[in-house]
Order: sequence, then C-alpha cells, then structure tokens
Amino acid sequence: MSFATPTNLVPTQNAGALSAASEVPEVASFNVKAGLAQMLKGGVIMDVINVEQALIAEQAGACAVMALERVPADIRKNGGVARMSDPKMIRDIINAVSIPVMAKVRIGHFVEAQIIESLGVDYIDESEVLTPADESNHIAKHEYKVPFVCGAKNLGEALRRINEGAAMIRTKGEAGTGNVVEAVRHCRTVKAEIRKAQLMDDSELFTFAKEIQAPYHLLKETAKLGRLPVVNFAAGGVATPADAALMMQLGCDGVFVGSGIFKSGDPAKRAKAIVQAVTHYKDAKVLAEVSEDLGEAMVGINISELPEDQLYSKRGW
Amino acid sequence: MTQLDEHKKIRVGVLALQGAFSEHIILLNTLPQVSEAVAVRNAQEIAQVDALVIPGGESTTMALIAERSGFWPALQEFVQTRPTWGTCAGMILLSEAVTSGGTLKGDQKLLGGLGISIKRNAFGTQKESFEAGLHVEGLDNAERLFPGVFIRAPVIDEILKPEDVQVVAKLERDYGKTPKGTIVAVRRGHLLGSAFHPELTRDNRMHLFFVKMAQDWIASQSK
Repeated sequence: MSFATPTNLVPTQNAGALSAASEVPEVASFNVKAGLAQMLKGGVIMDVINVEQALIAEQAGACAVMALERVPADIRKNGGVARMSDPKMIRDIINAVSIPVMAKVRIGHFVEAQIIESLGVDYIDESEVLTPADESNHIAKHEYKVPFVCGAKNLGEALRRINEGAAMIRTKGEAGTGNVVEAVRHCRTVKAEIRKAQLMDDSELFTFAKEIQAPYHLLKETAKLGRLPVVNFAAGGVATPADAALMMQLGCDGVFVGSGIFKSGDPAKRAKAIVQAVTHYKDAKVLAEVSEDLGEAMVGINISELPEDQLYSKRGW
Repeated sequence: MTQLDEHKKIRVGVLALQGAFSEHIILLNTLPQVSEAVAVRNAQEIAQVDALVIPGGESTTMALIAERSGFWPALQEFVQTRPTWGTCAGMILLSEAVTSGGTLKGDQKLLGGLGISIKRNAFGTQKESFEAGLHVEGLDNAERLFPGVFIRAPVIDEILKPEDVQVVAKLERDYGKTPKGTIVAVRRGHLLGSAFHPELTRDNRMHLFFVKMAQDWIASQSK
C-alpha cells in the first residue's frame, strides 16, 4: 500500500474524470483510510477513559472517541511510563458506542499497534503523549489495515509521518496543559512553511525538502494543493469552545479535545459547547451563546514553566 | 436541445454540520446544471437552496448538532418535499429505522422518508472498509462501473415501502459476511440514498444523476 492524495480535499482539474473501477474489492486502500478522516472533518474527537465517559461524549455529539487509560493531564501528574491501554477497556468502549473509536500506541511500538488493530479499533494514534518505545524510528504504518493519525509540529515532521503511512495528521500542541499556545504555534508553522513552498520553483523545492527533511514528492504535492495532503486536526491544549473555533479559523479540519472536557467542572455541557463551536466556528454569536455558564475550565499550565524533559511535543523524530 | 437544457439551473445546498461536505461541494460545482453549490448550516441557509445533499460523517453527531442549534424542524420540513440525497450517514438520517449497529437506538433522531430500514456498520470496523465497482441504475455510461467507496458503511436492511422505493444499486459480489445483492442505493420520489461515498471519487456521474432527478422533480411540481 502507498500514499495517494485523498480525493476532493481541494478542488482539482480532473474532477469529473471517469475512473477505472473493478468489481474486485480493494480493502483498506489509502483512499478509505484517508477517507474516514475526511468523514470526521468538522467534528470533535474526545479522550475518554471508560464506557461512561464514552457515552457522555457520544451524547454530546463527538464524531469519534479516543480510548485511553489516563488523560494527558493525569499522565503528566502521575509520571512513570505511559503505555497503550488495557485491551478489555478498549473493547468495552467499542461495544458501547456507534461512533468510531481510536486508541493510542507508543511511538515506534509496532506490537502495541498490532494488538490494537486486532481489537477492531477504527484509527490508531501513534502518540507522543505516551512514552516513546523507539527514539529513532516510527511505525511503518502502510503495512496495517487500520489507519494511523500522528502528531506534527512542523511541515517536515508531518510529511515524514505521511510518508511512513499516516492517513491523518494533528498538531502536537502540548497535551494535558489546557494551554492552546503550542497548537497555535504548530498550526501556523505548518501553514507558513506551505506558503513558502508554494512560491518555490522545482530546484528550490529540492533544497527545501532536504532542509526540512521531507520527502520531495510529498512536499511537491503539498505545494500544489496548498494544504497538507491529508486531513489535519488540532490537538494539544484545547480547553474551551473559543480555543476550538480558533483552531478551525486557523484552517484545521477538526479538533481533538483531551483533558479539556473530563477535567472540567461540567464535562457534558462543555463537550456539547465545543461540538457546536466547531460547526459554527465563524459565527461569533453562536460562540458567545455556547461559551456561557460552562462552569470551571481545567486548570491550565503555563508551558514556559514546564521543564524541558516534560514537553511531549519534543517527542517524535 | 436535450431535455436537460430545458431545465433551470439549480442551487444545491450541502448540509455542513459535520463530515465530508466540502468534497460534495467540489463535485457539484463541476456540473453545468448547478448554478452554485453552498454549505448549509441553519434555517436561513436551507431556505435559499433548491435541493440538498446530506454528506457522509457521523449521523448521530449531525442529528445532535441540528437539534441543539434549533435547525432540526427546518431540516425535517425541507426533506419532506424537496429533493434530497443522503450519502452514508446522510442515508441513515433519511431512513425510517436503524435495525442494528446503532447504540443510541432510542435517541438517534431520523428524518425519515426513504422508506427503508438500515443496518449500520454492516461490513465491520474501519479495517474492513473497501472500494469496489458497482452497476448503478440510470447513470450516464452505465456500462462503466461506478467506483463505490464504502467506509464503515451501512446497508439497506429492508425496504419498508416496496410500492414506491426503487433499487438503484446492489453489491456485485459477497463482501465478508454481507452477501451479493445487498441493496446499497435506493430512490423514493424526491429522495435518494447511497451507502457509499461518491464524494470520495472524481467520477461525478452520481452527482449528475441526483441533480437531474432534482430538476425533473422541481419541474414536475411546478406544472
């Protein structure tokens, strides 16, 4: 299996062309992997740690849930090695909801990925929030039938992950802080680098590819499309409806909310408000309405006060 | 003059609460029969379109957002009389009942109208998602297979109104536990439903099929 630009992510000249279709099914093609991410667009993916939270998330209008044992804020607090979740807990959540279920594996831990795939999870997040299992290599993701989402803080990192087989990208942000500043930085960095690439001629693009350590063919495709060549969500530090709408207005396709919901005073209400905010992200009147009376937001962390070794966004290579 | 040229161009809305709405807008805008394809998020916007597409995405999410923003009644009223096409999640919303695969059973709000019941996630989880060619009744160049993209797709479990529901596409062969002949697209009057995602192909024949169907319907209503 290999990369293919997701269909109709941006207007193309060859729309309307008849394609050769075969009766023989092609299972888990890159088009259906990237296609599920396209179906999640305009939606909110929520971190949940049990069936009860998964049901609250589904009722609130989440378009998918991320099943994990501890939300990032608790991983941060408790320390130690963070690993994939108990398969039983993931299976219980799969059985409880009808929306897609995602689960996290450690960077480079391809056996955790094999285990999670066998459970019938709909998307795997190879995540820097868990403790990395390999400090040089990520998982070779094209080999799996289940699609992968990966974090990125700049264009080179995003395109390396897509080259390895990721069918969806998210900003890394700084998970578990309730502080959106890093997600904004990563989103703007990617956008600025794409704009730069769009102005380059071919010989400059070769050099730029080398500079940002990105595969040339993916960089060229990105420059042509004017956006990342897969669906791109915001993640890491989104805590309020306004944060979610900010990331949407910056051009993200949807939003992951981790600790922000279930670490707040009224999770169900906040979850519903963030869902509305992502749909009506340009409508300030709706945003004002849904931001009203939400109770306490999660206590935030100033990222400049975090020691270097506790920055999750530095993980990943 | 072909029959098509006699019809007025139509303005098509795509429900943009959640899901792959921009993909539909891109394909609709390739058709000369469409004056404009636009995103629809509220009652004011739906009042300004001639036909509607409900895209793929999460049907529970779309229903909850429509309900909580007060848009549900206007949406319900529109689909009762105006040409509407639901793809995947959109087809679920246009069905009368979800027989299996849904967990929000009691709470899943449906618009109804297509005269069918649905089996959600009929092929299994995401790793069973697939692409396969289909014969679709009534398409241009019908001998060319249409690329069917099935992502955590539902199927039509039962036709509840056999007198006026028309089968548009069936599976060409067995896929996993889902047998050949399973119905994956239907039409009932002004409504069209497909379990697959024509918005994830570059082939705009299904979009043309819907737009012509909508034009015919609008012309027949104004007589």
